[in-house]
Amino acid sequence: MTEYLLLRHRNRGEENIADLDTYLSLGGFEAYEKVVTTMTPQEVIDIVKASGLRGRGGAGFPTGLKWSFLSDRFPRYVVANSDESEPGTFKDREIMEHNPFQFLEGLMICAYAAQAEVAYNYCRGEFWELTQVLESKVRQLNDRGLLGRRVFDTDYSLQINHHLGAGAYICGEESALLESIEGKLGQPRLKPPFPADRGLYQLPTVVNNTETLTNVPLIISRGPEWYKSIGTEKSCGPKIMCLSGHAKHPGNYETPLGITFRELIFDLAGGIRDDKALKAIMPSGASAPFLPASDEVLDTPLTYEDIPKIGSQLGSASIILLDETVDISWAALKTMKFFEHESCGKCTPCREGTYWMYHLLGRINSDKAEQADVDLLGEVAQQVVGKCLCPLGDFATSAVFSGIELFQNDFNSHIPDAVNGADNPNKNK
Amino acid sequence: MSSNTANQTLRTRYSAEVKDILQRYPDDQKRSAVMPLLFLSQKEGLQATVSVMSEIAQILDISITQVASIVGFYTLYYAHSGGKNRIQICTDLPCALRGADDFADKVCEKLGVKLGETTEDGEFTVESVMCLAACDKAPMFQVQNGDGITYHERQTISDVQAVIEQLGNVEIDKSPEGAE
Repeated sequence: MTEYLLLRHRNRGEENIADLDTYLSLGGFEAYEKVVTTMTPQEVIDIVKASGLRGRGGAGFPTGLKWSFLSDRFPRYVVANSDESEPGTFKDREIMEHNPFQFLEGLMICAYAAQAEVAYNYCRGEFWELTQVLESKVRQLNDRGLLGRRVFDTDYSLQINHHLGAGAYICGEESALLESIEGKLGQPRLKPPFPADRGLYQLPTVVNNTETLTNVPLIISRGPEWYKSIGTEKSCGPKIMCLSGHAKHPGNYETPLGITFRELIFDLAGGIRDDKALKAIMPSGASAPFLPASDEVLDTPLTYEDIPKIGSQLGSASIILLDETVDISWAALKTMKFFEHESCGKCTPCREGTYWMYHLLGRINSDKAEQADVDLLGEVAQQVVGKCLCPLGDFATSAVFSGIELFQNDFNSHIPDAVNGADNPNKNK
Repeated sequence: MSSNTANQTLRTRYSAEVKDILQRYPDDQKRSAVMPLLFLSQKEGLQATVSVMSEIAQILDISITQVASIVGFYTLYYAHSGGKNRIQICTDLPCALRGADDFADKVCEKLGVKLGETTEDGEFTVESVMCLAACDKAPMFQVQNGDGITYHERQTISDVQAVIEQLGNVEIDKSPEGAE
């Protein structure tokens, strides 16, 4: 891409856009002024709908549609989900550190569209220093009259507050996040009702991911048709791909949606560290199934619609690369340790299932397992999937099901008397 | 602990901060302030004591059990005392693929403790933690102490050594007010 749209601080020749005057000199907050002074909330929602923007936090839900679901009650709230906790995700942090005003402008436009006069930015607690910086940015916006009472001499008023999480992955799930702002345990709510009807303090609420909101000022200023021209028909716009693990050059890569794994990994990120062979890809952090490093997979476009066709998800595009030296049963163990630790404990299948899957994977990895343990692992996963209030339980089973299916040898090799699949050409190819 | 002065720590020592925190939330939703107030209390040390939880419960008009449940649920609050500085090394999968487990072992060796343990002088606790959104900059860790949380990325053992020495010195030179 010749021009960075989300990671705008990377555009050559530009000054520090985390500085308010610089951001303003580049047309910053013109989109916000335009919507507040010349457009109705419905017109803003219609433009975002027409742009095809989908949520970048993982679910890929159409953003404008989400905004249009708000119940006709007031007050309303808008919440930015900056909890960024999926293993392998580090994009929202770069946006907020280096391009904070574009994100805040997006949040402010969203708040206007929702007719919310209070917005919260929920940052994970570990973003302690970053949040202090963002709070100072918000104070600057208050001082300039872009936030506060009657902005641009209209009837619209808006304030932004920050709320820090305290180390709980589950607070990235929107209803758990709202519980957390309410001062409660971060445990997901039964849905419906959805936040658009009963969200923060049981009032209509929009929750959007940081990266999603960062797209919004561009959609307003350049138009939905321009935005739709980037990416594919069903996956529009730019996307920050977080590449980690065994990439030669890990980091954030902003590309149009629809770039293939091969282009991202080999053309942009220099391939695999130490020029080893790529074995597997986790396209959505710890939460989606492993993909084998086959040609079919490598030539698949990174879109919401194409990755499910090969058995996984785009999610928030937190792409973890595993080279040929990695034992997939170990990767599954690491993944399960995460979910065992992060299960909020509300739903029994997830709370107990992640605990037992973690211990079974530990037994396999310490070479103390029998074939029955691998079978039991699959059975426990079966008892978790589809039985919980939120997707965390399902996520936890992804590495188990796909790991055993695609890389059976990596599990069997730990079992002394297992029928080794090495002779079976269909296994572990 | 039950004396009046100990019970008023936050409101007397941080009255402006408490007021600022409360005004972020609607008047009838004061409970929302429990998490920021717990963070504020940690300026005094990384442990939610009964007196701190009791004062927060009073400020917010909720039960101490409701405050304690928050301390128990969220990992950045502590029911038990540990080191003044918590060195929290990410050993989640993306970092582990780039050597984080080895790195954690070496940090432990340097400080003469095992993961989860505190040094004898009470300065440092070393912990392994879940993903900190810095996967491309592994090995990395954060330090949590009374001043908040600081990230240290792309770390070598000599970098860690420098951080440890600096934190130790800061502690020795620290003014009674605990100013930054």
